[in-house]
This record gives sequence, C-alpha cells and structure tokens, in this order.
Amino acid sequence: MRTRGAANNNDSPEGTMAELNVNGRTVQVQADPNTPLLWVLREHLGLTGAKYGCGIAQCGACTVHIDGAPIRSCAVPLVGVSPQQKIVTIEGLSSDASHPVQKAWLALDVPQCGFCQSGMIMTAAALLASKPRPTDADIDAEVTNICRCGTYNRVRRAIHVAAGSASAELEPPARG
Amino acid sequence: MHAQRKEGAVDASRRRFVVGGTAAAGGLALGFHVPFGGEAHAAQAPDEVNAWVVIRPDDTVVIRIARSEMGQGTLTGLAQLVAEELECDWNKVTTEYPTPGQNLARARVWGNFSTGGSRGIRESHDYVRKGGAAARMMLLEAAAQSWGVPAAQCAVAAGVITHAASGRRTTYGAVAAAAARLSPPRDIPLKDPKDWKVAGKPLKRLDTKDKLNGRQVYGMDLKLPGMLNAAIRDCPVFGGKVRSFDAARVLSMPGVRKVVRVGDSAVAVVAVTWWEAKVALDALPIEWDEGPNAKLSSADVAATLKAGLDAAEAFVGHRAGDVHAGLASAARRVEAVYAYPHQNHATMEPMNATALYTPDRCEVWTPTQNGEAALAVTVETAGLPASKCDVHKLHLGGGFGRRGAVHDWVRQAVLIARELPGTPVKLIWTREEDMLHGRYHPVTQCKLVGGLDAQGRVTALHMRLSGQSILAGIAPQNLQGGRDMVAFQGLLESGDGTLGYTIPNLLVDHAMRNPPVPPGFWRGVNHNHNAIYLECFVDELAHAAGADPLEFRRRMMGRHPRHLAVLEAAATRAGWGRPAAPGVFRGLAQHMGFGSYTAAVAEVSVSAEGKLKVHRIVAATDPGYAVNPQQIQAQVEGSFAYGLSAALYGECTLKDGRMQQANFDTYPVMRMDEMPRVETIVMPSGGATWGGVGEPTIAVAAPAVLNAIFAATGKRIRTLPVKAHDLRRA
Repeated sequence: MRTRGAANNNDSPEGTMAELNVNGRTVQVQADPNTPLLWVLREHLGLTGAKYGCGIAQCGACTVHIDGAPIRSCAVPLVGVSPQQKIVTIEGLSSDASHPVQKAWLALDVPQCGFCQSGMIMTAAALLASKPRPTDADIDAEVTNICRCGTYNRVRRAIHVAAGSASAELEPPARG
Repeated sequence: MHAQRKEGAVDASRRRFVVGGTAAAGGLALGFHVPFGGEAHAAQAPDEVNAWVVIRPDDTVVIRIARSEMGQGTLTGLAQLVAEELECDWNKVTTEYPTPGQNLARARVWGNFSTGGSRGIRESHDYVRKGGAAARMMLLEAAAQSWGVPAAQCAVAAGVITHAASGRRTTYGAVAAAAARLSPPRDIPLKDPKDWKVAGKPLKRLDTKDKLNGRQVYGMDLKLPGMLNAAIRDCPVFGGKVRSFDAARVLSMPGVRKVVRVGDSAVAVVAVTWWEAKVALDALPIEWDEGPNAKLSSADVAATLKAGLDAAEAFVGHRAGDVHAGLASAARRVEAVYAYPHQNHATMEPMNATALYTPDRCEVWTPTQNGEAALAVTVETAGLPASKCDVHKLHLGGGFGRRGAVHDWVRQAVLIARELPGTPVKLIWTREEDMLHGRYHPVTQCKLVGGLDAQGRVTALHMRLSGQSILAGIAPQNLQGGRDMVAFQGLLESGDGTLGYTIPNLLVDHAMRNPPVPPGFWRGVNHNHNAIYLECFVDELAHAAGADPLEFRRRMMGRHPRHLAVLEAAATRAGWGRPAAPGVFRGLAQHMGFGSYTAAVAEVSVSAEGKLKVHRIVAATDPGYAVNPQQIQAQVEGSFAYGLSAALYGECTLKDGRMQQANFDTYPVMRMDEMPRVETIVMPSGGATWGGVGEPTIAVAAPAVLNAIFAATGKRIRTLPVKAHDLRRA
C-alpha cells in the first residue's frame, strides 16, 4: 500500500475510491489517482487552508505535514499517499490556534495578506519539531516559502519566539 | 463580514451571509460631504447609527470599511480612525465591507472604493473620522434625551456613557437604536491628532486570527451550493485570438460539464472540480490566430524605446531654466542610459472570481482592489442594469495593483457564467495564466545628461524618459493632450510626488512608446524606475564631482526640508560617514511618492565570486500622520521584499509575442535567506496632507542597494534586473 492510496478498486469515471488519514480522521475520497493532494484537500475534503500558488512546489503555500514532514501538497498525487500516512493540514495543527507557532504568529502580528501563511506556519511547525532551537541558518535553509507581502523578518522572529529564544513583544519602529 | 464567519460556514451559508450582512440593510446616512457622494435617505436599520457605524445590542461595534484589505493593513487603520472619534471599546470592534451595489444604491455614501495609489487612508481619513465622531455625538444625544439631561453633561469612554451628576450609566449598545433615529449633526469637530488614543498607536491587526488556522476565506476558497469550477486559457500571444478548439476531445473527461469560448481570445473548461477542469483544459486542442505580434521580442521593444531617448518630440513634465544652455556651459557633462523591464505583480493568490448569472441578476464574488470597478465590469459584461448586479469583495491574497484598475478575470468569469445560467461558476487562473496575462510594470528607458560646474555643483539635468504609459493603456481619458503626467511620478514640481532637488536648469520629458503589452499599476508604479534613474544618476554625479553622496545631495535640498529630513534620519541611524563593517558598503537614496517622504541606506557586500548580500536597510518615512506605526513598519519591511525582488530578479521577457516567464521557477523572487534586516524610522511631521504607506518606500529600495553595489564593486548597474550582471570587481 506504499504507493497506492486506493483502499479498494471501486473505479468509476469520476475516479478511484481512496482512503486517507487527515487531521486524525480516516476519510474516503473518490478522485482521479493523479489528482494532487492539494486539490483533494481543497475540493474533496473542504480543507481550503492549504493554498494553490504555483502548482510546481516552488512557493510552499500548499505545505502540509505528512508523517510530520513538511510536504508541498501540490506536487504529491493522491496515489502517492497511503492510508497509513498521517496528513496534517493547517486546520488540524491545533484545535484552537494554540500551537506555539500560531501563538507566536499572533503575538508578532506576522501575516499581511496571509495567503502564504498557512504554508509558512506548517513549514515552521515542522522545522521546530525536528530542531527545537533553530538557528537563522536553519531557518534560511528550511523556510523557503515565498511571501510577496514580505513578512520574512517577522516569520523569522516568530520562529525564534515559538522556540522560546526571543521575546514575544512587538518592537515598535524608531521615531525620527 | 469576513470577521464574522462561523466555523464550518465556509460554503453553504457563505452566500446567504454575504448578501445578508448588516450592510445590506438600508440606513440613515450622514449629511457631511463624501467624494462624489450625496446624502442617502434609505430606510434606517435599527442598529445602524450611520453608514460607517453599526452597534449591536451586545455593544459589538461594526465599522464599515469601503477600501479593500490586501495585507496592507488599511482595514485596521481605517477602523482605528473611526474608533478614535467614536470612543468605543476597541476590543469590541469588528469590520465589514459594504458592497459596491449598496454604495451605488445609497448615492455613494461610502465614497470611493478604490484601493490603489496608497490612498486608502490618505484620501478618506477626514470623512471616516467624521463618521465616527457623528455617531458618537448621536449616541451621546440619545442617552442624554433618555435621561432628560443636556448631552454636554454626558461623557463617554470605551462605549460607556455616563452622567456624572446623577450617576447614571448606559452603553452604546443600549442607545444605538434611539441614536439611529436622530438627525445627524451638522458640525462635526475632529480631535487634534496629538490627543489620539487609538489611532496613532501600534495596535495589532484586526484580521490576523483567521489567517493562522486556515479559516480566512480568500476568493479562491469560496464555495457556493451547486457551484462548478472553470479553468481558462487565453491566447498566450498579446493580441492573438482563438482560431478553433476541439471540445469533443475533452467533453467526456471526468467531471467536465462544458467547454466555453470566452470572448475572442480565450477558452474555458467548466467541470465539477477545478482540478478536473484544468486537466481537461490541458488536453484540449486549441488553434490560435497569433495575430500581429506573433514575432515580437523584448529586443524589438528595447529598440523602439532606445529611439525615443533622442527623439525630437517629447512631453514635458518638469522644466526650469534652460537645460540646453545649462548643459552647454557646464564645466563637465555626465551621461548615462538606464533601463527597466516588464514585471509581473505575481500576487500569491492567482486571479479568480465566482459568478452567478441569471437572466435578471448577476452577482460576483472576487478579491478586488476596487469593488466599484469590478461592479462596472460585471454590469457591462452581464448586459443587465446596475441595480440587478452586485460584487461581493473577498479578502485578497495580494493585490499590488493587479486587482484594481482592470478586472479582466471578472469579465471572463461573467462570460462563462452567462453560458450556465443559474449555476455559480468559480474561475481560477493557473499561475501560468497569471504570469502570461499580467498587467505588467511599464517598460522604460531613461537617458540622463547632467552638467557640473567647476565646483562640482549640479547646474543642469536633462532626464529623458522613453517608454510605456500606463494611462495610455488603461485610462486614456486621463491623458492631458496626450501627455501622461503619472509617468513623471516623483519628478514633479508640485503634487504628491515632488522632486527633492533644486537644479537651476532642468528638463524632465517623456517620449511615449507603447509596446503591445498591457501595462498596469504595479506597487510603486512609475516611482520605481524614476527613483532608480534619478537617485542612481545623482550618485554618478556625486562620484564624478568627487563628493560624498549624502553631502552632494544635501547641497541641492535646501528648499526641500522634508525630503532632506528623512534622508538625514536614515543616514544618521545607519552611521553614514563612519566606517561600515569590513567588506560592507553603503548606498543611499531618497524619494517622495504618494504624499510621503522616504529614504533608505543599504549595507551590502559582494563576494569575490560576485555574490551579493544585502545585510541591512535603514529606512525612514514621513507620511505626515502615522495611524499605526506598527503597520507602517510592516509595510516598509514588505516594500523591501517586493522592491528588492524586482530589482534583483524581476523581469518578464517577450519572445514570439508572449512572455517567457510562466511560474516562480523562471520568475524568481526574494525568499527568507536573502531578506535583509530592516530598521524602520517613522517620523510623521504633520501638515495639511496625509501621505500613503503601502507603496512609497519601494522607490528607495532599489536605488539604495544599487548605489551600495557601486560602492562595493565600482560597477554601475544601469539595466535591471541585477541578476543579469556580473558583480565581480573589475
């Protein structure tokens, strides 16, 4: 079952029935097996927190966790995910925005338009899970998501806040 | 209304909610003047104190926001201005968008919806504050009347009204319905900004929480009952058309419901899911008539612009003295030619719109910077009266000017929906469609000739711009005798983007050359290249004169104290005049745009291999009034991410009539590892006019860094982007 998401062979013109584990729940999905996981999440499961930004794993707006690893879901076909693999989306990161990354993001008012932020948060959460006290170099290497509004500096600081290595106080700008 | 969505209500209830929000109810409107607007006399809703303020019985304060939130923080800033005058409890504030249809029905009581040109706050601060103040006066009056005391004896703080003499107390929520029945006041005094308690403070945004858990509904996320999805392909060649397509080849593919020709130039597939539509569209054979531009290349465009640099005819934007005599008598002349390419906005969220058409009504849900312009396109495309159409604004996944002036995607969505009456259809562009069908940053070149006297002072400057006019492409009715005054942004004698130097013999003129590539307003607009041309060339002149770039500028800025003040502030904080760290070099720039004065100092290093590192930016901004310093800081930081992405990487090149960059793999943008530290100085100096914040700083991002690259390498980058250049020291 490593490469096949289909729990049975109930093929139809509208696709294959597949089983996924999303945010701790087992769900059935009927879709073409080549459908990217992103569009399965968005259009079949109603989980629209992961965003479409490029479709070629460049921008990271679609990042979700698969068994804890940050994965760009636009480039993973449904058939490439097994029912045993645990998918977590931004909607399942916490039930009440209580994940340390979400709390740090709130404290520092990180998002601007916010479209990339689900992906940023999921990427940051995965980084902290593997490296609880990441350096700036770690952040540069692991957080390669695109933000056009330019929240990068606040994202970096919020990751340090979530790691417990920076103050959660907003620093106001200097006055002339 | 986005702030009020209930969990799980993203889809089925969304439409009902959007159209059923409080703004849908008519209401009493104030008599004060709003731009283009008159008084509205619609029936009063029980809790609408006036057009800007609704107060619910539980004391929740709903502040109406006419401008669009796209990340720039205008929603929070405008709410702060209303709340400041209203004297309500900030913790009970929520916001909603009235629709453009409601604005039309109520004689434009909410004024202009356009959210571009950094004008959200600077153009509406007066009337939104009056909206808050008038509501406060009416609420106090209502309480006073109920107690039988003069309103002047009552006080309010955080939405709680008190009458000290009698010890009576009530809340806004309790008297809102009575207040709504009162006549609005005629004289509405506003607070002196120095007394602000809510405005002017570094408050957090009102729209953050839903962006942390996936609940924020962007246009792309909308789901309506029975909705279908569409993917579209427009002819990749500018000016081309559809010759034919073979719908039969894809109609039996999974989910496909219809294949639709959209206007002359595009084909869309409508399917149950968007992914199914996209897969079928990729399989659809389409023959294009590539039209007259089928062989057009960037080299062709560059050649046309180059000819404009020396053309005899040009529109004059700014003239002083006699530039030709000044140059002729100069002790020394310096000449340089610069160029700036086409660029795409590349908003994170590609263009999208959902349209529902029936023969007697058409509604559109879309992220737009100008709901009224989107409505106009909807009305025109649907062929229905304006009263039977409306647009529901959704939160924007980035705008940067792409979603304001031209609503090409809305037109497409309505055309598609007309083919499926009664069925809502959501159109989403692929990133590739977005990259190939942008409204591009105008392409320009500039020839500068400067004259220095024997003491190294600038005596003459001719700045000849050649290239694309945004107005000619988008709003030709705004040309003045053919001249595009917007092309001179930041170089003018008066207005909201003035030249910060006094040069005795000056000529700034524009040879308009319009290639067949659709131009658009692109965050910063014409300031972006104008500031590069001027500020880098001034650096060249300083170098030629053997002068320090700051001191050289200072000599020309005696009559421009606000331009100079931000420059001095940035230079001082950056440590200009003192050595930087070993291997680190500085450059600076100043500019005025959108009513605000900005300056930046950049610190860069360039490795032996030619790799650039921007270490630190110090940026100063004087927007006149600072409604939220924390949000200004965020906009200044973002301006460097956007402006330096453009300077370092941004380039869309034409080959065979089409853009070659179709996604982020070939259109790179700045990421985390390249983002410099940004130190922001906010120094509002007051005055009669308010400046904008979202765009002005972009102008100084590129020239400060380019001047620092020169300091580091001795190389002048005169053709953008930087990526095309070898930065190794000569």
